[in-house]
Amino acid sequence: MKAVLEVSQLTMDFGGLRALDHIDLEVREGEIVALIGPNGAGKTTFFNCITGIYTPTDGNMQLMPAEGAPVRLNGLKPNKVTENGMARTFQNIRLFQNMTVLENVMIGRHCRLHSGIPGAVFRPPANRREEKQIVEDSYRMLEKIGLTGYVNEFAKNLPYGAQRRLEIARALATEPFILLLDEPAAGMNAQETKELDDLIVRIRDQEQVSILLIEHDMKLVMSLSDRIYVVDYGKRIAEGNPEAIKNDPAVIKAYLGEEIDA
Amino acid sequence: MMTLQEIKKSLFTSLWFMFLTFPIMVIKVNTIEKTIEWRWERMAAVGLGAFVLSFVWRYLIQRKEAGKKRAEVGSEDKVPLIPRLMSDRRFYMPGLMATIVMVVAFPFVFSLYQTNVMITALIYVVVGLGLNIVVGLAGLLDLGYVAFYAVGAYSYALLNVHYGVTFWMALPIGAALAFLFGILLGFPVLRLRGDYLAIVTLGFGEIIRLVLENWNEFSFGPSGIANIPKPGLFGLDLSLQQSTTFIYFLMIGLALMTIFVVRRLQDSRIGRAWIALREDEVACQAMGIDKTRTKLSAFALGATWAGMGGVVFAAKTTFINPTSFTIWESIIILCVVVLGGMGSILGVIVGALILILLPEYLRAFSEFRMLIFGVILVMMMVFRPGGIISDVRRTYKFEGLGNKAENRGE
Repeated sequence: MKAVLEVSQLTMDFGGLRALDHIDLEVREGEIVALIGPNGAGKTTFFNCITGIYTPTDGNMQLMPAEGAPVRLNGLKPNKVTENGMARTFQNIRLFQNMTVLENVMIGRHCRLHSGIPGAVFRPPANRREEKQIVEDSYRMLEKIGLTGYVNEFAKNLPYGAQRRLEIARALATEPFILLLDEPAAGMNAQETKELDDLIVRIRDQEQVSILLIEHDMKLVMSLSDRIYVVDYGKRIAEGNPEAIKNDPAVIKAYLGEEIDA
Repeated sequence: MMTLQEIKKSLFTSLWFMFLTFPIMVIKVNTIEKTIEWRWERMAAVGLGAFVLSFVWRYLIQRKEAGKKRAEVGSEDKVPLIPRLMSDRRFYMPGLMATIVMVVAFPFVFSLYQTNVMITALIYVVVGLGLNIVVGLAGLLDLGYVAFYAVGAYSYALLNVHYGVTFWMALPIGAALAFLFGILLGFPVLRLRGDYLAIVTLGFGEIIRLVLENWNEFSFGPSGIANIPKPGLFGLDLSLQQSTTFIYFLMIGLALMTIFVVRRLQDSRIGRAWIALREDEVACQAMGIDKTRTKLSAFALGATWAGMGGVVFAAKTTFINPTSFTIWESIIILCVVVLGGMGSILGVIVGALILILLPEYLRAFSEFRMLIFGVILVMMMVFRPGGIISDVRRTYKFEGLGNKAENRGE
């Protein structure tokens, strides 16, 4: 299988602190990959580096779209990264609170459209068609994610689980081929987590999107992922399928600590 | 509900005030005749005044709290009065007719002075709507907005003095120059937001004013530029009365155009991007919106209206100098937007009319004019923090796909 995201030797220093230390990671087409590790291991920093929010100190990041040449992500602005087909969600929900659910998704469509100031003022037919198209596309996206019941609600009035799903819908509206989910199940109950599990698999299958996710819910991670990367103190300590990770001594040590009297 | 408790509280307040003001209000010492005059009737006045004011204040606060509680408990959508009236055709059509008649008849019914005041108010409507793009929609607090107003005014004045450019040529040129200055200011402040942005823009506004004040060869310094021609109408000779009426209708036209354009911008792809930028900058970028372009477009488009307002201002007063473009002016324009209701077009119009007309008509109480003005502002912020007409943004309502009926529920 072809790789869609390739990260090699990614290093990020904050002053004297090395948050990421030569991380290698690869996501292949149609895969669900999990990135796990104890709190403060550098997972979110990793996301911020590859999506252009931080500029990494060292290393290489590459996106490989199905068609066209690979895109080097180093130094790209966040909006360019999204334009090139990698979208993300946030650990602490960052919806546009005072916009409706539909409008939130419409913002996701923004980078795929081009009408400018003259189009906005004079509204030629092409512009009207485009606007109509955005609304319809956005609604279809909400249908896929199962949020149509909230279509005209303000994002801030949504229940927590729905807000998480709306973030996913908004990210998908940018037409990515790889989706980064930062703790999608955080704060969800067992039922919601189960639904999320189904949703993620469905997205992967229906939208042909590869998924890289950070998650602390081990049950979810083990049932979802094709492969798992484990980081601790900015270093990659393990990589492999769920079964291998479960029994990896280094992983157990990172999570549970070492026995003193061995 | 007002209880005995409330009355007691107000009574206590009034006693306290009587005690506090006792030395200055009641005792009057005549140092020449060495007599003391006791003016007890004043004490009574203070007591009564404080009692009534405190009572009214408590009553209003209580009403506000009750309203808040109602809004929390009740699920019914509480649409503010004015938008509700506007959506009702029975009120809307006659209201619109009356407004049109009033607007058209205004310069013929009222005096030259009144028309001039109204022109000023209309200039603030246009400029306020421009600032509304920057502050209300894109959420960028700009305290140096008057700089663009100055750019517009001076571009007409200077081009006219040196090259004899007419008003109608200067209007687009002033707008374009202001647009350019908007971008110029936009670049250095791209990284800033909130308070930091406010301070930098404040500095920018002052820089423009200081340059105009001190660069004598360029701008004629503090003595300003006089004899700027009023706008012409196909070369007709207009009397003062006629030309004022003409500027009035010109401003009405400009205001209508502004409303039209701002409304359309608001409901477009760009408008949505501005609002998203206001809501969350990081998420906005992560969703593929170019922050640089969005911010610059907000700054530049906002500045354009200020530039046009400036050109009309120069033509109307026929004399400009840097004192017309102080920080105070920026604050007034910002007040127009905040008081009227951020992001709301109707709010900005009402805000501009109130803020410009009120001080004019309060001239009768000239000594207390600013005091009353200040009190009104404070009251506003306490009782209607969202502005006179808080923003009920037209959201994109989904009404069904194509010919399919509305499809609600999962």
